[in-house]
Amino acid sequence: MTDSTTVLWGQTLAYTLYVLAIMAVMGWFAMRVTQDGEQKGIKPVYFYAFVSFLVVLAVSLHFITYYTIPWKSMDMHRATITPDKVFDISVAAHKFKLPADILQISCADKVLFNVTSGDLTYGFGLFRDDHSMLFQMQVVPGHRNDILWQFDKAGVYTIRSTEYSGPAGVDTILKDAVVVSCEKRS
Amino acid sequence: MSFTHTLVHGEQESFKPDTLTPMQKLVLRFVVVGLVYYGIVVIEGMIMRLYEIAPIPTVDTQQFFAIMTAHPLVGIFGSTYSIIFGAFLFLVPFLMKKPLWSIPLGNWTCGLLAVGTFTFWFAGFLSEYAPLYTLYWPLPADFTQFSVWGGIFFIVGIALVMVGTAFFVVNIFKTISYTPQGWDRQPAGALIASALGISGLQALFSKNKREHLVSLPVAAIARGTVDTALNAGIILFTGVLILVYMVAAVLGHDLRHSAVDALLYKNWFWWGLDLIADGLVLIFVAGTWYLLATLITGKKLYMENFARAALFVELVVSWTVWSHHLMSDQAQPGILKTVSGEMVTAFELITQGLAFFITLVTLWSARPLKMTHPLKFLLGGLLGFALAVPAGIMQADLGLNRILHNTQWIIGPHVHVAVLVGLTMTLYATIYLLFPIVTNGAKLYSEKLAVFHFWAHLLGGIGMGAFMGMAGLHGMLRRSLYVNGEFSGYMILAGLSGALLLFAFLAFFYNIVMSLGLKGVFEIFTPSKLDTTDPVPAS
Repeated sequence: MTDSTTVLWGQTLAYTLYVLAIMAVMGWFAMRVTQDGEQKGIKPVYFYAFVSFLVVLAVSLHFITYYTIPWKSMDMHRATITPDKVFDISVAAHKFKLPADILQISCADKVLFNVTSGDLTYGFGLFRDDHSMLFQMQVVPGHRNDILWQFDKAGVYTIRSTEYSGPAGVDTILKDAVVVSCEKRS
Repeated sequence: MSFTHTLVHGEQESFKPDTLTPMQKLVLRFVVVGLVYYGIVVIEGMIMRLYEIAPIPTVDTQQFFAIMTAHPLVGIFGSTYSIIFGAFLFLVPFLMKKPLWSIPLGNWTCGLLAVGTFTFWFAGFLSEYAPLYTLYWPLPADFTQFSVWGGIFFIVGIALVMVGTAFFVVNIFKTISYTPQGWDRQPAGALIASALGISGLQALFSKNKREHLVSLPVAAIARGTVDTALNAGIILFTGVLILVYMVAAVLGHDLRHSAVDALLYKNWFWWGLDLIADGLVLIFVAGTWYLLATLITGKKLYMENFARAALFVELVVSWTVWSHHLMSDQAQPGILKTVSGEMVTAFELITQGLAFFITLVTLWSARPLKMTHPLKFLLGGLLGFALAVPAGIMQADLGLNRILHNTQWIIGPHVHVAVLVGLTMTLYATIYLLFPIVTNGAKLYSEKLAVFHFWAHLLGGIGMGAFMGMAGLHGMLRRSLYVNGEFSGYMILAGLSGALLLFAFLAFFYNIVMSLGLKGVFEIFTPSKLDTTDPVPAS
């Protein structure tokens, strides 16, 4: 499965190019609007073309990500997918409780994390050693909070609450609690 | 003229408070209140920026989050609401050429915003009440972490602001629709219908095209005010709900938190909050862009009927867009995530893009324009939204939200760039434009300081958003703390950008005080010596 690092790299590139372009356009506009020029309006055809472009852009973004970001379609259809492994996790009083000290996962496994809260709203996120995020979800009390994820790379991940649950919540962290191994299964 | 003389009497003594009408005094009071609270917000922001670089020993974690709780609320209600409400209470009568329905009610709005904001800010400061503005249930009623009494005063402060907001709403709609004494009877229903866009919608399907009864900026103000009213209702209701738990706790009863469904509460809360974030802000801002563009150029707005229609679409969008805040909530129905969260949200790219295009073309049609302060800040505001809206559309995607939600990306390139660069620079453009009108021609103390204000604010705002965004893309969460220097590189750069914003504000504040003089500023708060309901003195 495409890694979140790859997706974020693509997003960074696309957004940076856009930022540079729009800043250049605004700089050019600010310079030209003070200079002499024909005081005639813009033809409506340009207006309609711009509106059409915005409509296509707004709608196509979500279709493109549906077909290029693998976890999007998997998440939307997770109720129909049978996971290879299920971890039932609970959180209360700003502490996670795992079914084992370390959650062991094999490469390519589809794993369902089912997290319940006993008191407040929390978050559930997996983070790499360099603090970058693999994924996250919200954990709302009184509701089922589950996420299906397919691990393709070996790694050790830290679980961290990604939602504010009061000042004590900043320490709702379990370091190196998830281990993904890619050795061949016997 | 000596420094002390200018400080006391203003630049060349050109500001004469005795000549101000009650309406001019009203709007200036709002602006002073708004700027004082903006100053507090900038200082709070800098404290948090420093804390994100390295924790400050004199500020404990609870105090840090109490500041984070008050910060956006002081910014929205104390500062932005004050400046916007003041400007609109002046502009609606000014543009409609009729008196404000009630000047005393306008003064009550100003007072309630000022007192209410101080009440919740002070309650948060003293008691360290820190459930954040999101108030995810049952956090605001978690009295193992927060003081009940602190919470009660906090909620009372918010309620005072909402009452002031309700007064503003009444004043705006009554001003649009009432018949002033001695006037021919005004068609109240038709005026309201025109302001809300109902008659415009009917006109789309009618062969007889009639003139709009209210101008486009007034229509924008009216439509944004609808969202303001709905939002006030939601926040008041939510406040009462939390107060019930607080009062019960004071009386020794521990009400069950599970009586309120946390997900339903979250939907309710975000529906209401998005009426500000995705409703009135975008509608008010678009309306202000149109007003500024027509006043700066003296020309008719390009594609005015489309602009009106887009404002109407934006109003409907703002009522149906909230679910993009719940895309990481797995229990949220999928249909809401895709339709409300993704598709309806994408419409904001279209409506805001239209406003952007229409404003630029209107300006372009009047070349050559002089690069005045209002034009400069207007272009800055346009750039701010051009940067922040696409950032928001990206995070409102189910795939990207999985790795962006609650990171610094959300609060940096989206929220802070939208608010600080987009919204605030638009407000500054309005202030610079209205300054000579509401002060009867007072001279600005320093043009150079105004230029510094522009560049420091623009670069500081974009820089801070960019570095926060980069940290977010590398996994840094918002509403959290990193005490081991995990993201200190980005945070130092964001802090330096924040310092630029602080210097920008100080330059602006100093410039305004030196223009009006301390005596002039104090006299804004004394009653007007003119007995008139006109916005400006008769020439």
